[in-house]
Amino acid sequence: MLAFILRRALQSVAVLAVVGLIAFSMFRFAGDPVNQIVGADTPVAERAEVRRSLGLDDPTLVQFARYAGNVLRGNFGISYQFRQPVASLLAERMPATLELAFCATVFALSVGILMGVYCALRRETWLAKLFQAVSLVGVSLPTFLIGILLIFLFSVTLGWLPSYGRGDTVRLGWWTTGFLTGSGLKALILPAITLGLFQMTLIMRLVRAEMLEVLRTDYIRFARARGLTTRAVHFGHALKNTLVPVITIAGLQLGSVIAFSIITETVFQWPGMGLLFVQAVQNVDIPIMAAYLLLVAAIFVTINLVVDVLYTVVDPRLRLSVGKAA
Amino acid sequence: MESRLSRRPLKALALGLLLGLSAAAVPVQAANVFRFAFQGDIKSLDPYSLKESFTIGMHGAVYESLVTRDKNLKFAPQLAESWETPEPTRWRFHLRKDVTFHDGSPFTADDVIFSAARVRAPGSNFQTNVPGDAEFVKVDDHTVDMLLKKPNPIAIYQFSTWYIMSKAWAEKNGAVAPSPASATSPSYAALHENGTGPFVVTEHQPGVKTVFKKFSGYWGKVESNLDEAVFTTIGNDATRVAALLSGEVDWVDPVPLQDQQRVNASGTATVMAGPELRTIFLGMDQGRDELKDSTVKGKNPFKDARVREAFYLAIDEDTIAKRVMRGQATPSALLIAPTLYDRSGEFKRPASDAKRAKQLLTEAGYPDGFGLTMDCPNDRYVNDEPICQAVVSMLARIGVKVNLAAQPKAKYFAKVLAPSYDTSFYLVGWTPSSQDSHNILFEIAGCRKGDKSGRGGWNLGNYCNPKIDEIADRVESETDPKKRDAEIKEGFDTIQADWGYIPLHQQALAWGVSKKVTLVQRPDNMLMLYWVSKEP
Repeated sequence: MLAFILRRALQSVAVLAVVGLIAFSMFRFAGDPVNQIVGADTPVAERAEVRRSLGLDDPTLVQFARYAGNVLRGNFGISYQFRQPVASLLAERMPATLELAFCATVFALSVGILMGVYCALRRETWLAKLFQAVSLVGVSLPTFLIGILLIFLFSVTLGWLPSYGRGDTVRLGWWTTGFLTGSGLKALILPAITLGLFQMTLIMRLVRAEMLEVLRTDYIRFARARGLTTRAVHFGHALKNTLVPVITIAGLQLGSVIAFSIITETVFQWPGMGLLFVQAVQNVDIPIMAAYLLLVAAIFVTINLVVDVLYTVVDPRLRLSVGKAA
Repeated sequence: MESRLSRRPLKALALGLLLGLSAAAVPVQAANVFRFAFQGDIKSLDPYSLKESFTIGMHGAVYESLVTRDKNLKFAPQLAESWETPEPTRWRFHLRKDVTFHDGSPFTADDVIFSAARVRAPGSNFQTNVPGDAEFVKVDDHTVDMLLKKPNPIAIYQFSTWYIMSKAWAEKNGAVAPSPASATSPSYAALHENGTGPFVVTEHQPGVKTVFKKFSGYWGKVESNLDEAVFTTIGNDATRVAALLSGEVDWVDPVPLQDQQRVNASGTATVMAGPELRTIFLGMDQGRDELKDSTVKGKNPFKDARVREAFYLAIDEDTIAKRVMRGQATPSALLIAPTLYDRSGEFKRPASDAKRAKQLLTEAGYPDGFGLTMDCPNDRYVNDEPICQAVVSMLARIGVKVNLAAQPKAKYFAKVLAPSYDTSFYLVGWTPSSQDSHNILFEIAGCRKGDKSGRGGWNLGNYCNPKIDEIADRVESETDPKKRDAEIKEGFDTIQADWGYIPLHQQALAWGVSKKVTLVQRPDNMLMLYWVSKEP
């Protein structure tokens, strides 16, 4: 078991290194950071000096090796734009992204499961058909369009919810939270719905399909034959067995919720890591871009690692084959 | 532990959902808090870190300069009560005696001398704001002399954005030198301020939010009635406009052209559209012996003035201003905005004439036109890419086939600027930082030397007429305004006669302003908080 985890961990480190290298070879296609750093009327010689001092004249491999060396020592560099350590900038933005991802996931799971169950149990009703149609919209409309539509409806026309930002936040140690203030909670609603809508439709369709499958199985029929109430059959037996794949998918999707919050954060000016990354790309702020990409890679790698390990725990057959291979 | 953490937010979220859905209230705003949003960030509070109009304007709320510019961009005293030039090379500044920094320490001549050194230190982005050869001498605690090597009539033209910092504060906090982009340690001055201005920064989260509050110990009277101003970045155009229309912010910049009508029709906000100082123009590569990425081999058609004239005449700027810019642009005959040069009224833009253009091309030996590549940014100026597309179709009428390469500014400037100057035909916008014509004759029209002087630094097409360089040198030290304006006119006439550049227009500013707010829009596109008032 330990050998399996170790091997997986080593593979993860290799993945991170490759991500870093690919990222670095891409950065020169993002443009020249120097022009974003200096003013328009900066003389040529001074620009060259800035470029040299940032080490941008060195070959990609040298730049990458230098960066990797610094990262191994825990130093993620200083942002070109803000002249602040990248690690602290990311740490400052992380609570915003995580709270948004959390709310989006909760929204997707709760609403998705409810709608899915309803659609499976009352297949023929008009509401179920409406849910199906809405889910189609959720899958096919791009996130930024949904976000802008929500803003125009709930902020501009109705004036109920804020169109941008996080509202007032409360600082708890290094964490800032929007959960404890009225404006913070109101600000969460639209972005969370926007970010969670795609996952919600995914979960809804998954739950519906799984539930229909499960309802056809023998043990449900036997449960009915035993004279259990419909309620107990549906929610005690059918739903429980439906949820196993749902939770797996939702867990795996958590990584993409965090990574894909970039678009939602841009539309709602949500001060999270994704927004920081987008601003960094526009300004060719290489230290932030590199650190963000590594962080996202690390999140994916970790989630997959955890899932792999959990599978071996859950499924004895896998453990056996691993044991044999080792 | 874990369950407690996750349950509470859930409960709070549910509560919030209820609140949010039932309350249905317009966002509440406390009296006299001005909320405003710009598409970019205030990246640093260090006033020497980035020369960018909006940032400089924000710094101007907390920091002050010796000499400032008033609502009409004319010089006005600020930290210096008065100044004089006893000799052409000696400027004497009499400093205010009643000024304190935000930390309570008094403002003296030492701070001026310190700031003069810091602004010209490596890593500063404002090195050219103070003449490089100027020496600052303390006469007494409230008098400073600036000694120059040669007379310079525009020595103080950029003083209004050279903000004075506290020597003692900088020394105490390790901020004596401006921190360069390659710094390996965080900069204190980037996150903290200690100016003398009417506002203090009480909170600064780079890229997110900055809060300004009134400074109680300010020396002067302030026009603004604000107690507080809250700045947020809103990068997305649609979100920014939505925030203005929903009343969440009182000021946004910019309002995209396609949304301006909607803002004006909203009844709660209007678009303030004054002319900006920036001039948008086209440049042509006249340096290379063979034009890059062109169908013409072995020679450079732009070396022939007739070809340049043909391009100039083929482009119908009136149509661009009317259609592409939806009227939000002023066609320009010069590379400088009319407010910055008194005699600009004497210049007329030659009317577009496609027939004559075609004839000129034929005379130059290109009866069927030729092909070339045009470089264009697509996220820098108002409708920059659509302008270029219009230019492409206008040139097609005279047989010139233009391959348009429009890219984001980060990539565009990396291509066209030094050292590669990799472009044949390009669009840029320019505001002379000194707000003076000399800057145009020197940076844009000066022959490219590539030396430390910086002459021709933005002459991307290497248009070169030695006569311009001579004129620029005379303009630099001519102290008689009449003679100086005549020299400048000769310079601009020469550029025109050479068809050296194709000026297009000054784009209009597009501030979205709530009807509750009164403020001043200066053509330099700086929002000055001390002129902002809001109905409580």
